[in-house]
Amino acid sequence: MRLFDLSLRYKMPLWGGGLILVTALTLSASFMWQAWDNLHHDLQKNAEDLGRSTARALFPLMLHDEVWQAFETVSLSLTSSDNAAQTESLVVFDNQLRVYISSDSQAHRLTQPMASLDAEFAALAAVMPKAPDADVFVRDASDASHIYVALPIASGGVRLGTLVVAYHKSVLWQRFSQLLRNAVGITLLTLAILLPITAYWGRRMMRPMQWITERIRRVGTADDASVNPSLYPYGDEVGLLYAAYLDMRVKLQQKDALEKEVIESERMAAVGRLTASIAHEINNPLGGMLNAISTLKRHGNPDLVTQKTVSLLERGLSHIRETVAALLVQSKVKSRPLNASDFDDVQVLVAHALKKQGTRLDWSVSITSDTTLPSTLVRQVLINLLLNAITAAGAAGQVNLMAQTDEKQLKVVIDNTGQPMSSDQLGRLFEPFTSFTNEGNGLGLWICYQIVTQLGGRIQADSNAERTRFTVTLPLIPTDEPPTPQNLPD
Amino acid sequence: MITLRKFLLLIWLFAWSLSAWAAAGSTIRIAMTPAFLHDQHAMLAQWRDYLQSQLKRPVEFIQRDRYRETIDLLQQQKVDFAWICDYPYLVLKDDVKLLAVALHQGKPNYQAYLIVPATDKTTRSIADLKGSIFAYADPYSNTGYLVPRFEIKRGGADPATFFRRTFFTWSHRKVIDAVASGVAQGASVDSYVWESLAKVRPDITAKTRIAWKSALFGFPPMVAQRNVSAADFKRMQQVLMDMQNHPQGLELLKRLNLDGFVPGSPQLYDGVVDMMRQFGEP
Repeated sequence: MRLFDLSLRYKMPLWGGGLILVTALTLSASFMWQAWDNLHHDLQKNAEDLGRSTARALFPLMLHDEVWQAFETVSLSLTSSDNAAQTESLVVFDNQLRVYISSDSQAHRLTQPMASLDAEFAALAAVMPKAPDADVFVRDASDASHIYVALPIASGGVRLGTLVVAYHKSVLWQRFSQLLRNAVGITLLTLAILLPITAYWGRRMMRPMQWITERIRRVGTADDASVNPSLYPYGDEVGLLYAAYLDMRVKLQQKDALEKEVIESERMAAVGRLTASIAHEINNPLGGMLNAISTLKRHGNPDLVTQKTVSLLERGLSHIRETVAALLVQSKVKSRPLNASDFDDVQVLVAHALKKQGTRLDWSVSITSDTTLPSTLVRQVLINLLLNAITAAGAAGQVNLMAQTDEKQLKVVIDNTGQPMSSDQLGRLFEPFTSFTNEGNGLGLWICYQIVTQLGGRIQADSNAERTRFTVTLPLIPTDEPPTPQNLPD
Repeated sequence: MITLRKFLLLIWLFAWSLSAWAAAGSTIRIAMTPAFLHDQHAMLAQWRDYLQSQLKRPVEFIQRDRYRETIDLLQQQKVDFAWICDYPYLVLKDDVKLLAVALHQGKPNYQAYLIVPATDKTTRSIADLKGSIFAYADPYSNTGYLVPRFEIKRGGADPATFFRRTFFTWSHRKVIDAVASGVAQGASVDSYVWESLAKVRPDITAKTRIAWKSALFGFPPMVAQRNVSAADFKRMQQVLMDMQNHPQGLELLKRLNLDGFVPGSPQLYDGVVDMMRQFGEP
């Protein structure tokens, strides 16, 4: 796996941590650089201050050749000054550049020539200014292990000697390393605090992304589950992503449902067309046959056997005609408009069936004014659905009807507490000759479907463990073109 | 009238208090030189209190770093008594009277120690230090100046050119410091000071080694300025002699690293006189 393929859960903390590290190191480095500079400067300044005050005190002592007091002065300067720890030695040289006195007399013997002390002192002796009014001279050679500050011991233009304040560079480094240790310590502490925060933050940022990724991956599979919006209740980009996902999911579901509906209605339309054409094809010869039988019965003198046979034929053909008539649902019949009293009639009509079954009916109708809907057809739909519901509910069952109108549509909901229907049953519900009971010809729902569809409405069925429900919506303003005109007979 | 009487009473009171103050006696002034560990200020304060209580007189110690200054004080009669070195005593022979001599290690004697840094294992006498850096205590010091110079001269050399570099520290105690710190490669020091320092600061004396010990000399004497009254002289001498019989005095002697005081005699210092003669001094 390549580095960039790593999960953002790790990549984000890594990037964050890397940035923090780089920032911390950069800051530390610049501070350390500054600190080193300051330290260097301070050290030199302290050495100069120490040197100046000591040199002033040394002048009269050298003038009176008070070697011991000069020693006490340089020793005192060395031990009492704040920067005593960093100053290694104070050495006084006379004008012949011989040691007059040194705070470190073991290393610098009295009267010893400066050039013979060591290579660094020899180098200093060579470059040090010797004029009475010379200024402070600092020698900080890169190859030397000491830094030297040389000050003239002079007064009123008379120079008696030179004071050299020497300090070892290791002191500088020692101090610096202490600072460095502190800085590293603080940096590590900061990182110890920031890195877990970054790791936590990265995880926290990435978890909703993982969730949503997982959900998106499952879209279209059986495992597809909705996302609880409270998982990520914030309005940032991730929140927007969640909202977009939810929106997309709803749209996908709608599209799915629409596709299913289109397929369903196309299928139903095809079935309708087929049924209608067969019915027509049957109807035409059927009319002729029935006419012929009628003529035979009226004008021919059939014997008894023939009479019986013709009657049998006539009944059979009538049955066929009824069936075919039932298949050819005609919506363009003249009919008075539907009003509230039609519902009362329907209630009366189904009362017998209710009574016979012992089924309870809950009736709720709120239709205030007349509608534009044809009463005959709507009554047929209502009766079909109610009788079906009563049969399905069975004894001690419950059937509810709820009907209401608004400006645009009539909505009728009929449900029952009978056995739930399987999804397979629901899918074939409105096809002709579909019967789930032993009674009936299986055309009731087909007729309902045809009527509702031709009136520009919708009929839907859904079923769960508690209820099976049929919902009919019919537009009050008739649409110019019914959705399925093909199945209408001429 | 009442005011006049009050005024007279006040005058009488003033006169009476004056006489009472006079009865307490004038201050006795004692000069101290660095012949001993003269920087033990707390000890000096106790000794002064002790002398005050014994003498029933105010006592003042006057400390001077240089022997010459003490000599001047005596000559100018600015002090009554002084604890000085043998050499100044002999120089001032006509101006002072020997008051008492301290006993160190049971004897009224001390000697010069030739000390070198402890790292120097070879030096056995001053002759081995030729061309070195040498610390003197004081030009009026017996053990710290006269003795080493006498020894050099006895060895046939010139004390003025014998050493590469010499300097004065103006105190025996600092002479020891000079050798201990390595500033000087050798020095001659008062044996009493060295022994006393060894008791209180053994760390310093441990950095030095005694390379050679001189003959014994009379211990640095306590002297009285010649104009001191016989009564004061006697009283002071008595107080010093009595120190060892007094618990507080004995305690002080112990801190001074001394055993007591004896009247002493000028003959104790004949050895020093001989050396001085070598340098053409009386």
